[in-house]
Amino acid sequence: MTKTAHRRPAEAIAVRPVKAPSPAGDRRRRRLADQLRAHAFLIGGLLCFALFSWYPAIRAIVIAFQKYTPGSDAEWVGTANFTRVWHDPEFTAAWRNTLTFTLLALLLGFVVPFVLALVLNELRHAKAFFRVVVYLPVMIPPVVSALLWKWFYDPGAGLANEALRFLHLPTSNWSNGADTALVSLVIVATWANLGGTVLIYLAALQSIPGELYEAAELDGASLLQRVRHVTIPQTRFVILMLMLLQIIATMQVFTEPFVITGGGPENATVTVLYLIYKYAFLYNDFGGACALSVMLLILLGAFSAVYLRLTRSGEEGA
Amino acid sequence: MSAATRTLVSPATLARPRGRAVYWTVFTVVVLLFALAFLFPVYWMVTGAAKSPDEVAQTPPTLVPQQWHLDGYTDAWDLMQLPTHLWNTVVQAAGAWAFQLVFCTAAAYALSKLKPAFGKLILGGILATLMVPTQALVVPKYLTVADLGLLNDPLAIWLPAVANAFNLYLLKRFFDQIPRDVLEAAEIDGAGKLRVLWSVVLPMSRPVLGVVSIFALVAVWQDFLWPLMVFSDTDKQPISVALVQLSQNIQLTVLIAAMVIASIPMVALFLVFQRHIIAGISAGSTKG
Repeated sequence: MTKTAHRRPAEAIAVRPVKAPSPAGDRRRRRLADQLRAHAFLIGGLLCFALFSWYPAIRAIVIAFQKYTPGSDAEWVGTANFTRVWHDPEFTAAWRNTLTFTLLALLLGFVVPFVLALVLNELRHAKAFFRVVVYLPVMIPPVVSALLWKWFYDPGAGLANEALRFLHLPTSNWSNGADTALVSLVIVATWANLGGTVLIYLAALQSIPGELYEAAELDGASLLQRVRHVTIPQTRFVILMLMLLQIIATMQVFTEPFVITGGGPENATVTVLYLIYKYAFLYNDFGGACALSVMLLILLGAFSAVYLRLTRSGEEGA
Repeated sequence: MSAATRTLVSPATLARPRGRAVYWTVFTVVVLLFALAFLFPVYWMVTGAAKSPDEVAQTPPTLVPQQWHLDGYTDAWDLMQLPTHLWNTVVQAAGAWAFQLVFCTAAAYALSKLKPAFGKLILGGILATLMVPTQALVVPKYLTVADLGLLNDPLAIWLPAVANAFNLYLLKRFFDQIPRDVLEAAEIDGAGKLRVLWSVVLPMSRPVLGVVSIFALVAVWQDFLWPLMVFSDTDKQPISVALVQLSQNIQLTVLIAAMVIASIPMVALFLVFQRHIIAGISAGSTKG
């Protein structure tokens, strides 16, 4: 990764101002000055990382074992926060919903973009148009997409039911029905995010050598066989990476349930991050919020570790 | 160039009359599908805001507004105080962008070229934050920002934005590719480290600075949960938070108009820089 070649070529020595042969003390002073300068460049960024990344990670773990209210002294409570959160009926609902959401988003968010990319890669006209159009929803602020779909799902004059009526199909409760709400949110998230995935798959498809298809066709492989035996194996790495990234992203889903359903109906769309938000800002229970954060952190951290592992091995392999 | 590349379907198959018929059928279907799935919702939003309140609630709906009402847009602008919220968003995004460019560039330059003591350890610490998804830490981060007295202050957006390991690593990797000789040549001419960064490294890094800038701006403009937490003061809220807060008790057409207005800056940015943005995303995948 870090390709800083540690060369000490002749010109590096020539850089030093030509003075009388410098005594060792002088050199040490200069090296100290170099270090001070290097750290002067680093300090701003480093402080921000320390305050807003490293410290919060440690603090989450500490507060998870405390009774904590801003402004008053913290109190150690052992694992009480974890047991309290664990016995909250919303806890089970939140995890079940988050996992279902992730799974559905993964299914829909993999199949749809992959097929779209496959088809787009075959089209020889209007390429720029397709790429711009498919990415357009990604640039619309997520809050706007959520509000837009909330309006589409409106049981009265919502576009979703109008479309069903137009096709003479039975209407649905969409985000207002306990058993359809989560799926409705997955549709919103997929609509809003698939553009990026499509573009990445397209790039991966373009790197497949044409000879492979040629050879497969000569061997009598049909279209679907070519997809199965050439396209998928050749893009396996990208597929795997995007799936992991998607898992990490969708497990942190918040905006859609918060804006569209408010976690309802009957807790059908409460997610883990939503519950964290509720504990902190509605119940004022920061200990509980941090206990939940730690659980989410461990799970997502594990996924991230796998992701980084894969990217690194992929880079070395390339 | 890419027309010659062989893909799933062979050029020979496509050249046949039947192949050509299938191709144009698929092409038409995809165009219609894309228009319906991605353009129509946007069209529906833009025209919905131009309908009268009665027309927007009517079933079956009208495809084109019977009469174009622009007062949805003007009402949104005045009633929802959009100038204030748009300005807040601009200030937050621009500041986050500037802070990131200054501090991330400086830190990436130091880690890449200045060989600071504990550089490896620091870089490791920064990369480790990539494993810690940001959203999972919002609550302790919020408490830290509250302790620093930064609630309702744009610094609450600007400073945490600097702690962006992804952008910093992107910059560092780019700086790593700049040959040491180039920098040393500048130093022989008597340029200090800051001077080298400013007049040699940065001009050479325009592409990566562009990518980082776009990422930084888009991230702040699109963010919702973090500004929702740190800006309880309505007058300080960015447009995303204000839209949701006000969506409860405002007329539907006015809300839709406000949604359109909130989308314009990012969509415009995308249409202007679409080539760079799309190329950046595509390149990101092959590099991993």
